[in-house]
Order: sequence, then structure tokens, then C-alpha cells
Amino acid sequence: MKKKFDLIDLDCANCAAKMEDAVSKLPGVTAASVSFIQQKMTIEAADGVDFDALMKEVVKTCKKVEPDCEIVLK
Amino acid sequence: MSKKQKKTLGRIVAAGVLFVAIIAVLAFVSVPGWGELALYLVPYFVIGGDILWKALRNIVHGQVFDENFLMALATVGAIVIGEYPEAVFVMLFYQVGEFFQSWAVGKSRASIAALMDIRPDSANVERDGEVTEVDPDEVAVGETIVIRPGERVPIDGVVLEGNSSLNTAALTGEALPRDVEPGGDVISGCVNLTGLLRVRTTKEFGESTVAKILDLVENSTAKKARKEQFITRFAKWYTPAVVIGAAALAVIPSLFDGAWSKWVYQALTFLVISCPCALVISVPLSFFGGIGAESRIGVLVKGSNYLEALAKAETIVFDKTGTLTRGVFNVTAIHPEKYTEAQLLETAALAESWSSHPIARSLRDAYNHDVDDSRVGNVAEIAGRGVKADVDGVTVYVGNEKLMADCGVDWHPCHKVGTTVHVAVEGEYLGHIVISDEVKPDAAEAIRALKTAGVKRTVMLTGDAPAVGEAVGKELGLDEVHAGLLPADKVDQVEKLLEKKSPGGILCFVGDGINDAPVLSRSDVGIAMGELGSDAAIEAADVVLMDDKPSKLAQAIAVARRTVAIANQNIVFALGVKAIILLMGVMGRANMWLGVFADVGVSVIAILNATRAMKTY
Repeated sequence: MKKKFDLIDLDCANCAAKMEDAVSKLPGVTAASVSFIQQKMTIEAADGVDFDALMKEVVKTCKKVEPDCEIVLK
Repeated sequence: MSKKQKKTLGRIVAAGVLFVAIIAVLAFVSVPGWGELALYLVPYFVIGGDILWKALRNIVHGQVFDENFLMALATVGAIVIGEYPEAVFVMLFYQVGEFFQSWAVGKSRASIAALMDIRPDSANVERDGEVTEVDPDEVAVGETIVIRPGERVPIDGVVLEGNSSLNTAALTGEALPRDVEPGGDVISGCVNLTGLLRVRTTKEFGESTVAKILDLVENSTAKKARKEQFITRFAKWYTPAVVIGAAALAVIPSLFDGAWSKWVYQALTFLVISCPCALVISVPLSFFGGIGAESRIGVLVKGSNYLEALAKAETIVFDKTGTLTRGVFNVTAIHPEKYTEAQLLETAALAESWSSHPIARSLRDAYNHDVDDSRVGNVAEIAGRGVKADVDGVTVYVGNEKLMADCGVDWHPCHKVGTTVHVAVEGEYLGHIVISDEVKPDAAEAIRALKTAGVKRTVMLTGDAPAVGEAVGKELGLDEVHAGLLPADKVDQVEKLLEKKSPGGILCFVGDGINDAPVLSRSDVGIAMGELGSDAAIEAADVVLMDDKPSKLAQAIAVARRTVAIANQNIVFALGVKAIILLMGVMGRANMWLGVFADVGVSVIAILNATRAMKTY
């Protein structure tokens, strides 16, 4: 499953790279990419993963890496 | 300007005014050292308070080499060694740079977004005789939508009623409007110019051309160019390396000459330039701008990596039919041996009545009568040969020389250039029909433009007869022509050409997306020249030319080259300036003012340079 999320106040490209790195390492995430230019995060998870629970982890991880950036959960 | 940007701007102005006021006051009034410190700390906290706070918070989270931390460390260090104005100025300039950087990036993001703003906001759907405005997502296949002049076509469909012309510029970059009438297809993303149209939808919004294109362009940044990957890897070790270098610079020379404060100051300069932001932003921004520029001329590039590859195009292989030629065949001669011309044509048209091949279509068009299905049976298509079918109870063979040789009839070639379709019945040769295709009006110019652009080898592959292939090749000025190929032979030819190219050179294959899938995927860059909105073309290729003009290819290569050049300039510029300042630091000649310029100043210049990539001329 693949989902896309808007990001608010993602200020620096290096931070985007760091977020991408951290989120990719979460268990259950098969691929993640953060586009600084589009201010978007794309997350691909293995089938059968509880996406809502996973997103909670993602938000928590990103808060650690880049506290100013907010992920818009739809 | 966002709310956050406005707030930052306010703080910059406030801190700037305070800073200048303090310098002015200190020029006339003498205050003790601690008083001076206290005064300078006011603008320092106004401008840098949030950075100190973020730095602290990030350390708690285990993020050590973070740009906030580095700026905090550099300025606190400056205060400790008594360089108060320096500390305030560095912080101030850093914020000015960050502010400008965020503004410039925001602006270029917005203009790229505007470039691709083809998403329709709503659709006017006709339900129970009433027209209501709904989200395009809510319209089902087969519903009727109304498109007024000036509105964007929201969903692909067929015109039920109305005549109009459509502006396809957003999709194809083509200025000339396209006329539509009842029964014609309309493609989402075009703008209806003149008349009211009632359209029956043939696709859901998500499957419509406009949604597919947007999805494709949005995802294109996921496939990173090699340069982008290099930058990301580089950024990972650059910051720690510079910080370690700074520590060494603070300590090692000081042990020899004892000038601690001088070398600590030099080391702090190192810290100021240790963020790789200029590179990390400007290179992907250049590529994204380049992809935006390509889409504006009607060329969809599916990833930065393909844009990078396109810039290095060395060999370009074309499919003939539908790519360099119109793919519309006309019967130009009928040479019967036995029957009359009309009878020969009728037999051939009947035998080919089930085939979807362009040649079959042209035979049927020339025959121009309704085909009586009951007269045809046992149809078998023989790949690369032709068709075998029973017509009026007699087995008929319609196809090329190979088919004639296979069924052992005494055939002979035609003196006319074109595709010769031979016709035979059980052991007897009936004659042949000559069909020719027209070369596209811009094909010759397209080949010339590619040669001027430095493409070394242009090749055409075709399943057609050698005489036809060579005639077209000569007319267009191609370097090589390989004719008489089956689909599998085309893959072999491409593989041979791949071996011949120079290391690092790129082979592009250009086809019309039909029957080309294996070759498209085997070549370095597969380019489909899709009739506007053809699904097969959009899926199969790495690059899609949205209209059928081969001349777009040279333009696409030019945009790709400019994009790569801009990315290269940014890499060389940003690394060069940083390297020079690092070197000056090692020699004890750098200062923080320079350092701040090397960091944010370079970023801003690189971003502005990157925005050039999205321009089209």
C-alpha cells in the first residue's frame, strides 16, 4: 500500500533527507520518500500492515528529527 | 509570504535596527565589557533565540550535527572569545539567508506547480435533466458532462453534442487548437475554447489522462538522478567531516603558536559553512524545474534519471511507421496478374478484414465497400508474413515476399517504391498492391536538429521492405537503416547498437508505443511518441512525447542538457566556494562574515540559478 501526505513547514532540504532516512528504517515501511520541493511524503508499506498505527510511528519519528514539520494526516 | 516568513522578517528588522543602534551608541559612549555583552545579547536573542532553542531540543533528541546546533555553537563560541558584533551579525545574516532561501524555494515551487496546474476543480454533470457541479472524482463512467467554453475538460470522453475547438497546449505544448465534433474523443486537461460540449465520459477521473499525467510528474522526483544521489551521499559525510576538521583546526595549530583565540575563531568559521544545504536544495530543484519545463513543451519525463540520460543521448533509434512516417497508408498502385484491379483489391480487403494492422486498414479504405463477413473464414495472422484466410471458400494468402516463398507461388517484385502486398490463392499468384506511407512533415528537420545537437548516430528500424526503408532513410538523412525486421529482430538490432556505443553514451529508442514494449524497455531511454493520451505509450516508456512530432525530441534534449548544465554549475559553485573558504580557514585567513556568505549566500544564488531550469524558450 502506498500513501502520500502533505507536509507543512518543511524548511530545509537536508532535514527532508534526514526524515526520509529515519522513516525508511521503521519496521513495516518498504519505501519512503520525502520531497522537499513538493512538500510531500510518500510511504509504501507491506500488505497487512496497520497503516494508521504505522503513521503514528512515522509522526513520532519525524517529530524527533524535525520538530517543526507537521505531517497532514487525512 | 507565509505567516512564519512574516514573523521571521519582523524579527530580522527588529534585530537589525537594534544592532545598528548599539554600534552607533558604542561609538560615542564607552561602557564596560560586561555592559557591551549585555547590550549585544539583546539583538542576539531576538534573532537567534529560536535557533538556540532548536539546537538544545535536537541534542536531546540525539540530532547532533544539525544546522541549528552548528550555528549556535559558532555564535556562542564567538561570544566566548569576545567577538560580540560578529556573533550577532552571523546570526542575523544566517536568518536573512534562510528567509530569502525559503522565499526563493517557495516561489519556484509555486511556479513549477502553476506550470502543471492542469487539474480540473469540478465537473458539470447532467443528472435527471439538471446540471450540477460536482468533484470530478464523483463522476461515473458513462455519465454525461457539460463543458462550457473557457472550462477545462475534466474527464476523458466522447462528444455527444456540440462543436468546438480545444486548446491542448497544457498537454502538448502545441499552440494550434484542435477541432472536435460529435463522435470525437476529448481528452481531459484540454481547455474548451468556443462552443458548448456535451460529453459522455469513457473513464473515471483517476484513469483520465490529466490524472495520469499529474501522477506521473509528481512521482518523477522519486526516481533520482545520479547527481542527486551523489549529493545525498556527499551531504551525509560532509557535515561530520567539517566539524571534525574544525576541532582539529582549533587545537592543532594552537599547540604550536599558542594563538588559541585566533584558531578557535577560524574553527568557528568552519562550523558556519558545514551545512550542505545549498547543494541539497539546488540540485533536485534544478531537475524538478527541468521536468517542469519539459512538460510545458509537451514532453513527459518519468524521472530525473531519464532527464540526465536524455542529456547524454548519443545514438537515437527510430521506429519507422507512426514515428517518422504518419502511419497512414494509402494504396498507390494495383498490379493484377489475373483478375481486374477491383477484384484483386476486393480479395485482399476481404482476407484482411479482421486484421487491425495499418496496412489492412488502408486496403479496406481503398476497397470502400462494406465487408460481407459471411464470405470470410478461417483467418490466421502469420507474424512478420501476412494473413491467410478463406474467401468465398478459397484459401487466400495476402502478405509479403516471405509469405509468397512459403506457399511456393511464382511471385515477382514490384518496381514501385512502397510496401508491396502480394496476393495468392492456392498455388497461384494473383498480383500485388502497392501501399505507401507518408513521411511526417517535420521528420527531416527533426533528424537535422538532432545531428546539430551532437547526436552521433541516427538509426531507423522497420519491419518494412528494404527498398521502402532505404528510400525513407535517404529522404530523411538517417545514418543507418535496418529493414525487414520482426519485432524480435528489433531487440537484437538495439542490442548490437548498445554494444557499439561509447561508454557513458546513451541509446534512445523512439517508437509509437505499439508493439514496441520490449525494445522500449531494452534501450537506455525508451521514448514513446503517443497519439495524445494513448495509455500504452504513457505506461511503456520512460519519456513520452505528447504529440506525434519527432522534432520535439531535439527540443527535449536541449532542455535536458541545460538542466544538467545548471545542476553542474551549482555543484561546482557551491563546493568551490566552500572549499576556498575552508582553505582560507586552514591558512588562518577566513572570517565569519565570509563563512556566512559561503553558506546562505551560495544557497540563494544556487537556488536562483536552479529556477532557470524551468524556463522554456
